[in-house]
Amino acid sequence: MIDKRPDGRKFEEMRKIEGKVGIVKRADGSAMFKIGDTVAIAAVHGPRVLHPRFLQDPQKGVLRCNYDMATFSVSDRKKPGPSRRSTEISLVTEKSLLPVLDLSMYPSSVIDVFIEITQANAGTRCAGIVAASMALAHAGIPMKDLVSAISVGKVGGRVVVDLDKEEEDLESFGGPTDIPIAYTPKNGEFTLLQLDGNITKEEFIEALKLGRESCKQIQKEQERALKEVYKEKGK
Amino acid sequence: MNEETNLLIKPREVVVPGQVLAKGMDNLPSDGTYREGEEIISNKLGLVNVDGRVIKVISLTGAYVPKEDDIVIGKVVEIGFSGWFVDVGSANDANLSLRDVEDYVERGADLTKYFDFDEILIAKVVKVTRFKSIDITMKAQGLRKIKGGKIIEITPSKVPRVIGKQGSMISMIKEHTNCEITVGQNGRVWIQGSNVEDEILATKAIMKIESSSHVNGLTEIIETLLKEGTKK
Repeated sequence: MIDKRPDGRKFEEMRKIEGKVGIVKRADGSAMFKIGDTVAIAAVHGPRVLHPRFLQDPQKGVLRCNYDMATFSVSDRKKPGPSRRSTEISLVTEKSLLPVLDLSMYPSSVIDVFIEITQANAGTRCAGIVAASMALAHAGIPMKDLVSAISVGKVGGRVVVDLDKEEEDLESFGGPTDIPIAYTPKNGEFTLLQLDGNITKEEFIEALKLGRESCKQIQKEQERALKEVYKEKGK
Repeated sequence: MNEETNLLIKPREVVVPGQVLAKGMDNLPSDGTYREGEEIISNKLGLVNVDGRVIKVISLTGAYVPKEDDIVIGKVVEIGFSGWFVDVGSANDANLSLRDVEDYVERGADLTKYFDFDEILIAKVVKVTRFKSIDITMKAQGLRKIKGGKIIEITPSKVPRVIGKQGSMISMIKEHTNCEITVGQNGRVWIQGSNVEDEILATKAIMKIESSSHVNGLTEIIETLLKEGTKK
């Protein structure tokens, strides 16, 4: 087992986080979330008319997420455009946000969420969800709670929170395990849970416990960032 | 009995979705809030308003949500058999039916003669159904097709600030700039003055209100801005 993480963090410590709301001027709602070197920007457009028409739901609004990585976000240039990976992440993002949203007020329309990763150092889908959740709140969409997300896992035989790229590539002690989770702190539900790697039941429970604590911290940062928008103007 | 003790927030405080506003059964949830068991929780980002026992959250951002009797400014985007479809900035386009037009429209008449594509209308919302189909009318005083002038867009939630108490703010701008101004509840403002300078001044004043709508003593700030502008 390793006794120290590559970047010197504690096992249950996440990287430095920072949120900022209202950064895309032309969007109805927008937010940025930074965790360590990972930066995600989310912009919400809508509610607006959904085309093509057959996708419309006359009973409630539709949420459409689009996750994408900028070509310069990783060290080897990422080929632009959608890929198998980004399609999957768009879908899980959508599913992790839907449980808190109340879209009954917007029948036949769509709420578009665009997530752009401008800098990637692991944990991009979680950063994207956190940013998207803030952007939706900023756009005035009714939602029960804010969604916060973090990746937990096992590195070098230890249960850790918030893996970075170096840890994700660490092959010693059975290889790394990556578990991205999204959590709604209010009612304590997980809205995203993926698992890549090997882990025992006990370790898994321990990892989720640590993840929950981190998510609560992230939610505090989300709250602070959202309230900040109006404080600046009040002065 | 003891309403105040159960409130967890101060009135006019900024709250975020998921924040608990009050505990116990003494208060009633209204717009922007929901009840879960003993708690009243916000489901929007906005300012809390406590009116007696009723708690509501007023949204400060987001797209226009139509209400009955709103005056709106819209653009004709589609023409059907039985009327026009007007973009009023909300999620769905509004319906303007043949019956809701001032003139009598004959059967099979060319509807573009009345309102053509891309024409701008001042209209009133008559009905919003549960499924958010919006009916608007042109049959009321002051409702018409507009020509000339300019249209600026502001955040719909800032509209009350632009209008002011009993229209104080907007009439002040009208007075100083000699412009004709119509503020739609959907955040579109139509300005027409005798010259471009006046229109620019009015635009400046309205933009200023939008950007500093939280500031106390806004009326004075706008008044000085207008006075300085008219001097030149």
